[in-house]
Amino acid sequence: MAKELLKGNEAFAEAAIRYGLEAYFGYPITPQSEALEHLARRMVEEDRVFIQAESELGAINMVYGAACCGVRTMTSTSGPGFSLMEEGLSYIAGSDVPAVVVNMQRGGPGLGNIQPSQSDYFLMVKSAGHGDFHPLVLAPASVQEIIDMMGLAFDLAEKYRTLVVIAGDGSLGQMMESAELPPMQPFPRPRPEWAVSGAKGRDPHIITSLDLSPEGLERMNLGFQAKLAEIQKHEIRWKEYETADAEILLVAYGTTGRICLSVMREARKQGLKVGLFRPQTLWPFPSARLNELSGQVRVMLAAEMNAGQMVEDVRLAVSGKVPVHFYGRMGGVVPLADEILAEVKKL
Amino acid sequence: MNAIPDTMELVFQYPESLTKRNTHYCPGCTHGVIHRLVAEVLDELGVREQTIGVAPVGCSVLAYYYFNADFVEAPHGRAPAMATGIKRVNPDKIVFTYQGDGDLAAIGTNEIIHAAHRGELITTIFVNNAIYGMTGGQMAPTTLPGQKTTSSPFGRDPRIAGLPVHISEIMAAIPSVAYATRQSALDLPGINKTRKAIKRAFMTQQHGLGFSIVEVLSTCPTNWNLDPWAAMQWAKENMIPQFPLGDTRVSDEVAALKV
Ligand SMILES: Cc1ncc(C[n+]2csc(CCOP(=O)(O)OP(=O)(O)O)c2C)c(N)n1
Ligand code: SF4
Ligand SMILES: [Mg+2]
Repeated sequence: MAKELLKGNEAFAEAAIRYGLEAYFGYPITPQSEALEHLARRMVEEDRVFIQAESELGAINMVYGAACCGVRTMTSTSGPGFSLMEEGLSYIAGSDVPAVVVNMQRGGPGLGNIQPSQSDYFLMVKSAGHGDFHPLVLAPASVQEIIDMMGLAFDLAEKYRTLVVIAGDGSLGQMMESAELPPMQPFPRPRPEWAVSGAKGRDPHIITSLDLSPEGLERMNLGFQAKLAEIQKHEIRWKEYETADAEILLVAYGTTGRICLSVMREARKQGLKVGLFRPQTLWPFPSARLNELSGQVRVMLAAEMNAGQMVEDVRLAVSGKVPVHFYGRMGGVVPLADEILAEVKKL
Repeated sequence: MNAIPDTMELVFQYPESLTKRNTHYCPGCTHGVIHRLVAEVLDELGVREQTIGVAPVGCSVLAYYYFNADFVEAPHGRAPAMATGIKRVNPDKIVFTYQGDGDLAAIGTNEIIHAAHRGELITTIFVNNAIYGMTGGQMAPTTLPGQKTTSSPFGRDPRIAGLPVHISEIMAAIPSVAYATRQSALDLPGINKTRKAIKRAFMTQQHGLGFSIVEVLSTCPTNWNLDPWAAMQWAKENMIPQFPLGDTRVSDEVAALKV
């Protein structure tokens, strides 16, 4: 397929269709509404399911229902909607069904604004709902990567029967870039054996997150933990740039990761040995590799569009071996490469 | 099954759509009766093997143990949204929610109203026992004025807590609802009518005529602090005047169904 000029939100929406999305449920919120609008037209054209739900609670529970039937299903939202969805996310995690949520983060807390932000890191990575679980969180940094991660998200969700969150931000959703969409995959996809489909010639399938006995629920939790351990073992992803001889390591994901690439290049031009580490999975976090790098670099600088959230995981990863500094902007302010470079020069 | 001699007519048997498990319901609770009615209808229509049920959060949270059918368990109040997701990707299946009054008429009001407005081709069995049974007898949106509960210890005071929510009447005003009715499980005639209403509701879905809902006035002897018989009498004397029985919406196509 040829490259086209694509807007982030439309790109992931169209990619989802091509990767076999069977049912989309969503509620309008800036800065992701173009995805919902794109799907409102395209899902109908493709004779698939699209519903504009009554709220994000409605949307995520429709996703939950469709997920119990084993189809590729998703929703997309931004911070205020993600907060509302957390009840459903927890049930999805508690019943081992696959689902995908895209969160195009905006400034918070409260209504905040509609500008790009990364202030939902804690929300997505650490507390996507009540109970002990983590979604698998993917962090794209370009329109092409959103497209590719859409397919990865469905594959991983199905492979592990888990919840996958794509952690975008307003600027990734709104930006236009040249990118390539995948070809249309065969559709409809076969449904898995475990799904609910009517108990025809077999015992009923029950999908629930409930177990009233403490021992039973602990067993269920051990199952979730075993699955998360498998994910941690096999699905950690990141990208490194110029780390071989780096003395200063920038750590940033998504849009900030992209800005830091410019920072790194400019710093190199000016003779500073700067490298960049860009996590592509926020959970599981690439802690082991960061820990290795902490034996080599002199100092790290985590940059985020928030008050310092991912930086906590960076510090945990290096466990005090090197100083980890932080630079962040909040409220929807996207940091300029020059600002971050100025911070680098102070280190 | 034992062979039945030709000369004998089979008039009564255990529904195939129920499992043989003992329920956890309190003695005299009408949840069990209503389960059985739903199961009999699924048997009669021959749809057990294509049915997917959605259990609520409430005393009937474990309904999936008692129905011999595929089932999922929804978050509190969200059953109609889950059922929407299930039905839309399985238009050929029979999908129903089974919900209490706290589940449907308080925390889940938004979900039920919008599922009804979208005309989802699902059926909702709405068990109104005027109380939160599962959590220990707190006031429900359907609790009667003056009714004492653990969270309205002086009796529901309309000045503080407003008046009961009338779901069947709300459904009557929704154009895409094909069938809405309020019945009772408080005596034999009521139970028979409820069974017929449940059958009509599932047939409404089978024929793709629109959203269908059967409200069933029910009892909670445990949290009403009444024995099962007295609970039935209390409900007849107090609930029926507040929640009048009968159909509130029947589309022409539904009226034409041969039930
Ligand atoms: C989000 C959430 N809030 C509160 C509860 C606690 N809760 C469980 S059941 C219930 C009320 C159920 O009452 P009803 O729907 O009338 O069912 P019944 O037990 O009377 O059949 C409540 C409040 C919960 N499980 N989840
Ligand atoms: S508490 Fe009430 S509603 Fe619940 S099982 Fe007992 S009698 Fe039935
Ligand atoms: Mg109740």
